[in-house]
Amino acid sequence: MSNEDKVREVLTEQGKLPGNVAELGIDDDLYQAGLTSHASVNVMLAIEDEFDIEFPDEMLKKSTFASIAAIDAAVQQIQSES
Amino acid sequence: MSAPASNEIAAIAATIGRDIAGPAAADVDKNARFPIEAITALREANLMSALVPVDEGGSGASLVEVGEAVFGLSQHCASTAMIFAMHHIQVACLVRHERTAELQKLQDQLVAEQLLFGSATTEKGIGGDVRSSTCAVERDGDTFTLVKDAPVISYGEYADVIFATARRTPDSPPSDQSFVACLKSGLTLESTSTWDTLGFRGTCSPGFVLSATGPTSLIFEDSYSDISAQTMLPTAHTLWAHVWLGIATSATNKAREFVRGAARRAPGTTPPGAIRLADLMSHLQQFQETANGAARRFDELADDRTAVSAARFAIMMNGVKISASTLVIEIVSKALLIVGIAGYRDGGKFGLGLQLRDSYGGALMVNNDRIALNTAQMLLVTKG
Repeated sequence: MSNEDKVREVLTEQGKLPGNVAELGIDDDLYQAGLTSHASVNVMLAIEDEFDIEFPDEMLKKSTFASIAAIDAAVQQIQSES
Repeated sequence: MSAPASNEIAAIAATIGRDIAGPAAADVDKNARFPIEAITALREANLMSALVPVDEGGSGASLVEVGEAVFGLSQHCASTAMIFAMHHIQVACLVRHERTAELQKLQDQLVAEQLLFGSATTEKGIGGDVRSSTCAVERDGDTFTLVKDAPVISYGEYADVIFATARRTPDSPPSDQSFVACLKSGLTLESTSTWDTLGFRGTCSPGFVLSATGPTSLIFEDSYSDISAQTMLPTAHTLWAHVWLGIATSATNKAREFVRGAARRAPGTTPPGAIRLADLMSHLQQFQETANGAARRFDELADDRTAVSAARFAIMMNGVKISASTLVIEIVSKALLIVGIAGYRDGGKFGLGLQLRDSYGGALMVNNDRIALNTAQMLLVTKG
């Protein structure tokens, strides 16, 4: 499974988005799609679990979770730095 | 008259507090009426635009300086101070997030006319969650309309502009919110309840159905989520803390005067309340540091939008709100134990009824349990 697919799977399970995650483009704004700050915490925990990574505090900001592409990029950045 | 220098605003506010807000405070409280004389004096002193930069006609004040002004008022009338604080929270949002010509024009008007800004962030049916809206901004060409059923709009009838949250479009999910400046000229308010509360009675905050229309350029381009994280929450928690600090200080001053009186009556002995007063002072000192520290921290980081958006900063500000709103109740209660029956009795120079009633408002306005839950969620993901 690609990273993007894993991110989509996490969003489906934890994002509590009103629409269908499969229909979101990778650059679509997740907050405009209904991602709340509460749900974004659960998404983040699930992403950490899925990829066996830890988000450093400086990456805990809204923009990190703004789109599927942004989450994907953040995961790659953490993986490349570890 | 031009804008006062930023380092003068605290002293001006303290004078208005002592000479105008204080003498009216009992009547404002008794009749749950708007403190019109104090707000008029603050407008005449050009304090409403304190946060606007100097080269744009304001005082260019820091949050520390505005916090001190709020504190100076609150020792004399907490309702006046809360109105002044809430106004400046909205001004901070405007100054830090205006992007459209219409919003810049509104800032000019604030400077010239010393407008009073209010806000409508809560809504019926959302359970107190200000980061969620049912109502939506509807656009028709260059015009927006908005109808919001708000359970509370502080001094709604007296505000010149009401800043409201709403879903960005009728198709947006509840958390995707816009922030809209609703000018009085395009605004109708239909009262839905009365304001007869234990404390903060002068803020006159009943419920209204707000119906607004105006040019779409009065809608902030920044999302409310950004405005909330970067400006509204930190400035609200900081300035509210200064309101509560003023209440705590006024109660402590009464306790101190009471103990001194007791000492004078029995020279050579330490009155029983003196030890309690010493304990009280250490709590007040802790409170001062909490409130002032929050303002200093905001001023240091204000221009670093990434830092003020970070979870760590939000956790710190949530902590300020919970500590401050808890400390004010503790301090007023301790002061009451020192003063005794003279504080329990309504009126008189040691009466603490107003402070006691006002002090309980803090933990309820944005309920501390909701804030603790928000912090708890963030603590699940932050590392240090």
